[in-house]
Amino acid sequence: MKVTVEVNGTTYSDDVEPRLLLVHYIRENCGLTGTNVGCDTSSCGACTIHLNGESVKSCTVLAAQADGQKVTTIEGLANGDELHPMQQAFHENHALQCGYCTPGMIMASVSLLDEIPNPTEAQVREGLEGNLCRCTGYHNIVKAVLAAAEGKVGAQ
Amino acid sequence: MIPVAFDYKRAGSAEEAIALLAEYGDEAKLLAGGHSLLPLMKLRLATPSVLVDVGRLNDLSYITDAGDHLAIGALTRHRDVETSELLAAQSPLLAHTAGNVGDNQVRHRGTIGGSVAHADPASDLPATLLALGATFVAKGPGGERTIAATDFFQGFLESALAADELLTEIRVPKTPGAGWGYQKFNRRAQDWAIVGCSVIRNGTTGVALVNMGSTPLRATAVEQAIAQGASAKDAAELAADGTEPPSDLNASPDYRRHLAKVLVRRALEAAGV
Repeated sequence: MKVTVEVNGTTYSDDVEPRLLLVHYIRENCGLTGTNVGCDTSSCGACTIHLNGESVKSCTVLAAQADGQKVTTIEGLANGDELHPMQQAFHENHALQCGYCTPGMIMASVSLLDEIPNPTEAQVREGLEGNLCRCTGYHNIVKAVLAAAEGKVGAQ
Repeated sequence: MIPVAFDYKRAGSAEEAIALLAEYGDEAKLLAGGHSLLPLMKLRLATPSVLVDVGRLNDLSYITDAGDHLAIGALTRHRDVETSELLAAQSPLLAHTAGNVGDNQVRHRGTIGGSVAHADPASDLPATLLALGATFVAKGPGGERTIAATDFFQGFLESALAADELLTEIRVPKTPGAGWGYQKFNRRAQDWAIVGCSVIRNGTTGVALVNMGSTPLRATAVEQAIAQGASAKDAAELAADGTEPPSDLNASPDYRRHLAKVLVRRALEAAGV
């Protein structure tokens, strides 16, 4: 079947099998490998992207379901060489260890602040319950999201 | 993990979805948010040969005050149920329960109708809808019918829906100011409940259990004890009566019976019993 998806502002159009998962479409058809496949069972959140502006786990969405929709991946956040404030906050707060969960963490965090612009620490922790960090580096991730919410980025 | 190959049909209306179901029969499955069905298909535990995508039937996404009850379109997403101001005022138990489903990403995609039709005893919303005494509206080739929640859940992942019926609406009574409690025990925040319990106290007390059998269950012994004046603590001792809880990696049946008593007591106390 034919699907047309706008990914990071670029329109992609491909013939795909109906069973093709959106994460594989993004990685293999669009060539955007920043989105990782982690658990492949909608638990870990490594594959989190935005579908029409909201965080979703792209391992549990069919490419067919994204037909005609807008997708943003980690590659679509920065403005040229200028990092998105959430990326900058993760950088400044060392909110990563191995980095595997990071693209999904950042996409989930951006969506979280869209819904709750000034979250408490508890709301950040609850809001990221769908993203697992196998290094267990949650402390600095939460710190980064709070810094981004408070506009405390780029000062260092 | 890749699902078995299938044909994909996108329905443009409820009528078209029903016609497609009538055409393909048992071979077809409805796809709403896909967050129950697609994981099963990736594990190849479900292998439908046709998926009928109803995910874009936006006219079935609504939460409205229908006078003597609240009407929720089957395609309403968990996130919208969780954050609805109308539900916060008129059915806080339902809004709170929706906020317990999965995680933010899952709630952005999953729908209340999908959760009900999937009829998973480990899901949060079916138990709450059972406790609330909800009614479900199903549409088929012959027209519309209503099904009481107590008659809807018939077996493990089995509901009263016929193969050519589409769940279109969930109706719940208004319960402003009622006491309520929802308790969910799991090991990771985003997981299904190992055991859960939903309580509504609005004159009478409704108590329903998550993951204590092959369907979501009313804890009728607890309800009767409370009706006869028992304390929360004493009534909760009856929580596992008549249940056949499953055994899996997370818990044995005995442990689930223990959890049911503890969680029912906590939910009853939260509801003001």
